[in-house]
Amino acid sequence: MGKKLAITGNQAVAEAMKQINPDVCAAYPITPSTEIMQRFASFVSDGVVDTELVTVESEHSAMSACIGASAAGGRVMTATSSQGLALMWEMLHIAAGMRLPIAMALVNRALSAPINIHGDHSDGMGSRDCSWIQIYSENAQEAYDNIFQAVRIAEHEEIRLPAMVCMDGFIISHSIESMEFLPDEVVRDFIGEFKPTNPLLDVDKPVTYGPLVLPDYYIEFKKAQHEAIKRAKKVTLDVAKEFEKVSGRSYGLFESYRLDDAEIAIVVLNSAAGTAKDVVDAFRDKGIKVGLLKPRLFRPFPYEEVADALGSARVIGVFDRADSFGGFGPMYMEIASAMIASGSSPVMINRIYGLGGRDFMPEDAEAVIKELVEIADTGKATTLKEYIGVRE
Amino acid sequence: MKLKGWKELEMGAVIPEAGNAAQYNTGSWRAFRPQWKEENCIQCLFCWIYCPDSSVTVSDGKRGDFDYEHCKGCGVCAHECPGKKGNKAIVMVEEGN
Ligand code: SF4
Ligand code: SF4
Repeated sequence: MGKKLAITGNQAVAEAMKQINPDVCAAYPITPSTEIMQRFASFVSDGVVDTELVTVESEHSAMSACIGASAAGGRVMTATSSQGLALMWEMLHIAAGMRLPIAMALVNRALSAPINIHGDHSDGMGSRDCSWIQIYSENAQEAYDNIFQAVRIAEHEEIRLPAMVCMDGFIISHSIESMEFLPDEVVRDFIGEFKPTNPLLDVDKPVTYGPLVLPDYYIEFKKAQHEAIKRAKKVTLDVAKEFEKVSGRSYGLFESYRLDDAEIAIVVLNSAAGTAKDVVDAFRDKGIKVGLLKPRLFRPFPYEEVADALGSARVIGVFDRADSFGGFGPMYMEIASAMIASGSSPVMINRIYGLGGRDFMPEDAEAVIKELVEIADTGKATTLKEYIGVRE
Repeated sequence: MKLKGWKELEMGAVIPEAGNAAQYNTGSWRAFRPQWKEENCIQCLFCWIYCPDSSVTVSDGKRGDFDYEHCKGCGVCAHECPGKKGNKAIVMVEEGN
């Protein structure tokens, strides 16, 4: 068994990166992810890892350097948040289109303006369509465990797509909690050696990356990319199974909490799910059949499995810590798609919470569940999408 | 040429063979055609160095004619050509003329 320590989310991720010992990291500091690379830079200068650390002048350059290093044939990692991810946006698509399995820690933070450094999911959700595998983490332990699994999923020969592991800024990145580490040799065996597909550094087999592809072929490449990311669902489960063997901790496509016979369900991502589970318990104690679904793999989204897990619910409340202004929240859209595709038609409401790091309190979850109980009684929802925890 | 299906493509649009741009005839893009006036040529090979499409043929260190299958007619060679006594050894003429 690995050692147990009280540690911040950022430290946990830096520790995971140390154990992975990637060939190249290119990064630019941004709150609240800065501490990851700051700590990792110490590992580099202390000679604890062999990584080539490239300090660049922006996140756009960070991702560009990661792309170059990954195409060269290296195992590559980085970390960012918020505006940093936004600045990478152009290169995120290129990393995915070139099928480069870069692994990135995304410490979720609100997007400007107004400028705000605290946790919400607008950065991750904003990169939803970039063809990166996205895995969300409730706490430091999950973030740590997910990093290793993300490397394996991204590098899987049938996938070869970049992956980001998300955790809430400050709430997780800067809070200390107790978690368990894996021994170095267990990590080494679990992640194995990276065998690049078409490394530029293989000078005996020269290749070209990034050519122009016109209407006669572009859509074929995108179809191949779509099929590859779809395969990540099965690979995520396979990798989770293997991970459980070495760690004793089990992961799935999402977490089902007291959902089996639930008539009322809530969907909550990341750290807020921890808070909401206690509230679910309180309602269960009163005999109300409430359950919670905490998504883990957001891209690719496991529609059939989610619909199946939510199958018994007549009323669903979807919490979003990000907004698609003028539309429903991004999580709501996925859950609604899942339910419609499965042929069921529960009443579904969308509640936007916690933007810019506003605390998500048990009372917030309680108020929404109460509302859902009312909807279950009347069969009617008055407001489909609303912000909660907002002053009038 | 039969176009490949999505399953047959190299992952990430990587081109696995070196130098296969030669198979892509870009000459049809040309609106202006460079013409070599051998009498003004001093064999400096500036045109060969500057041509972005390797469309100036050279053998035994001597300039040959243009490779019109690939020359896109950008005019870089004509611009760079010093020629002899102020007379260019490359002039651009409109295609079809
Ligand atoms: S016109 Fe342009 S492409 Fe054609 S030979 Fe001259 S430099 Fe090359
Ligand atoms: S640049 Fe002009 S002078 Fe020089 S080799 Fe070419 S055609 Fe001849």
